[in-house]
Amino acid sequence: MPGSDLAPPSGPTDSPRQDGPREGPHEGPVARWFNRRGWSDLITGIPFFWLFFFFLIPFVIVVAMSFATRSPTSPPFSFGLDGGLLDFRSYARLFSDQLYIRALGISLWMAALSTVLCLLIGYPMALALTRLSPSVRTIMLMLVILPFWTSFLLRVYAWMGLMGTNSWFNRGLTALYNMVVPADWALRSIQMMNTNFAVVVVMVYSYLPFMVLPLYANLERLDMTLNEAAEDLGSRPWQVFRDVTLPLSIPGIIAGGLLVFIPVSGELVVPGLVGNPSNPMIGRVISDEFASARDWPMAATVAVALLVLLVGPMMAYSHFENRAQTRREEAP
Amino acid sequence: MVEPGAERVGTVAPFIRIEGVGKRFGSFRAVENVNLTIDRGEIFSLLGGSGCGKTTLLRMLAGFEMPTEGRIFIDGQDMAGIPAYERPVNMMFQSYALFPHMSVAKNVGYGLKHEPMTGPQRADRVREMLDLVQLGPYAERRPHQISGGQRQRVALARALARAPKLLLLDEPLAALDKKLREHTQFELMNIQEKTGVTFVVVTHDQEEAMILSSRVAVMDKGRIRQVGSPTEVYEYPASRFVADFIGQATFFDGVVRSVEGPVAGVEVGALGLEVQARAVPGLVAGQAVTMALRPEKIEIMRERPEGPNVVAGAVEDLGYFGNHSIYKVRLPGGEILSVLSANARRVGESGRVAVWEDSVWMRFDPAAVILLTE
Repeated sequence: MPGSDLAPPSGPTDSPRQDGPREGPHEGPVARWFNRRGWSDLITGIPFFWLFFFFLIPFVIVVAMSFATRSPTSPPFSFGLDGGLLDFRSYARLFSDQLYIRALGISLWMAALSTVLCLLIGYPMALALTRLSPSVRTIMLMLVILPFWTSFLLRVYAWMGLMGTNSWFNRGLTALYNMVVPADWALRSIQMMNTNFAVVVVMVYSYLPFMVLPLYANLERLDMTLNEAAEDLGSRPWQVFRDVTLPLSIPGIIAGGLLVFIPVSGELVVPGLVGNPSNPMIGRVISDEFASARDWPMAATVAVALLVLLVGPMMAYSHFENRAQTRREEAP
Repeated sequence: MVEPGAERVGTVAPFIRIEGVGKRFGSFRAVENVNLTIDRGEIFSLLGGSGCGKTTLLRMLAGFEMPTEGRIFIDGQDMAGIPAYERPVNMMFQSYALFPHMSVAKNVGYGLKHEPMTGPQRADRVREMLDLVQLGPYAERRPHQISGGQRQRVALARALARAPKLLLLDEPLAALDKKLREHTQFELMNIQEKTGVTFVVVTHDQEEAMILSSRVAVMDKGRIRQVGSPTEVYEYPASRFVADFIGQATFFDGVVRSVEGPVAGVEVGALGLEVQARAVPGLVAGQAVTMALRPEKIEIMRERPEGPNVVAGAVEDLGYFGNHSIYKVRLPGGEILSVLSANARRVGESGRVAVWEDSVWMRFDPAAVILLTE
């Protein structure tokens, strides 16, 4: 064992080179394994362990459940009640009952709208953040993150207060509206609560930081001399943005877009509190199937359908990221 | 005041005129009262250490910074208030700043988008520029797929594509390794000759400045210390700073004892003798001066030579560089004098002029002595 026969602590000058890891003389096999391989195995093993138990297994259960039959048992589903092991009736209902397709459509539409609005508001914010002096930038970034420190529900309730028919906000908007439109069409208040408008407003408000932060991280890394080079070659500021900044920030746009789109499309709380109960979004539908209808197989089927719809863009994103990664690695 | 357009009449009108230009960032003066004229077709270098203001001056020529005082004229046109994208100036960036999402050809053609040209004309110009820097076969590569030297040439081709009146080069060779740098220096000079574009080069590397330029401006603390040809600033430095910054020199304090025509006698305590030196204008007896000696202007030998300006010493240290050796010789007064000796003959173990602790004699020509009154 190298080093075991050396005299106790000797300076680097009088000891010959020590190759390999230093091992104590009384090291057991477990300790040796840990030093050689265990440490790296453990580190890489944690995410596998986590994903296996908290993602893969629950996912398999949900998929299995979607092929089960509803039954008055506990839990309220069982397999093989009507002959065949798998029951495809939930999937048949998914396509035949207008409710599900419509809810999926509304959800994806609201998510797309919220994502685009987040991008339109978030991009200039992120760009402005990169142009600030470091001290001001830290404060501004804090302000972007600050809302996370107060309860999400509390913030939604605050919006409910603002949008209610008797709030100063609503009255102010109504007054503005009445100033612009002819007196015949004057309103006493604007109906904001329980509309899709309210859902989009609150979603954009809630998820804006998820757009701003990845965009900021991307834009902040861009080399400012590229902008100068483009300007030097005759491009006006807006052309510099179009030719250099925008194309180089696409990874940030995709990252931010997915971080907004995916949670918004499955959102339950916001539409439940401020949305129109007669056009439920898909989160509401799943929740109702589980809780009120106690049709777990149907709920699982809708969940699987939503997942399939969301995995598409996610796969596209990871494909894009991988390509960008290989491109970076190819660089000498 | 010169009337607008009057500059064009005289043949001696400078192509670039920098008049009393200064730049302040808050309370920091990056550039102070710079006056310079640069002729058409010159390779002009701004030489100085980091923070001397050379890059700020370059960025003011490019239009990325506006002077806080003074004016810049390029080809007779006042550049005040003209943004970078409207100046007849292009820049080659130190980092090259190639667009990573565009091919080599797209990079080179980027500036041509703003020129009134047809598509085929643009393509021809791009091909012409790529041929100029011998990168034709790499047109469709991305910047990350080519070597550092090739990227440097793409940057050069891109900056030259719009046929600017003035090309600014920010440390053009700093990122290249030594062999490639030597090769590229000559290539840059050839390209400058072919295109006839005026080059202004910023560099901290005195060798680069000496080889490339027709004239050099040595900068320090935002000011220009001396402007001249490479030979002038090396052989006739105007100040101790310039003598020290460009090349090596050993400095001695002395007092002028006599001035007789072209020769001055300067008593130098550290050498223990009255040095015969080429006089500079305005020198008077009794004046305190600084004397600078370049290592390669001193002869080193074992036997005492004849003539003036002979000093004795002992070799303190010795560096063998292959083509030459540097001797650090301790003088009787304790000072160390650097002497460079070309290894004209093949050196064997015992074939050197001197080795450690040897007593040696040194001689230098009166014309080789640099007298600094500043």
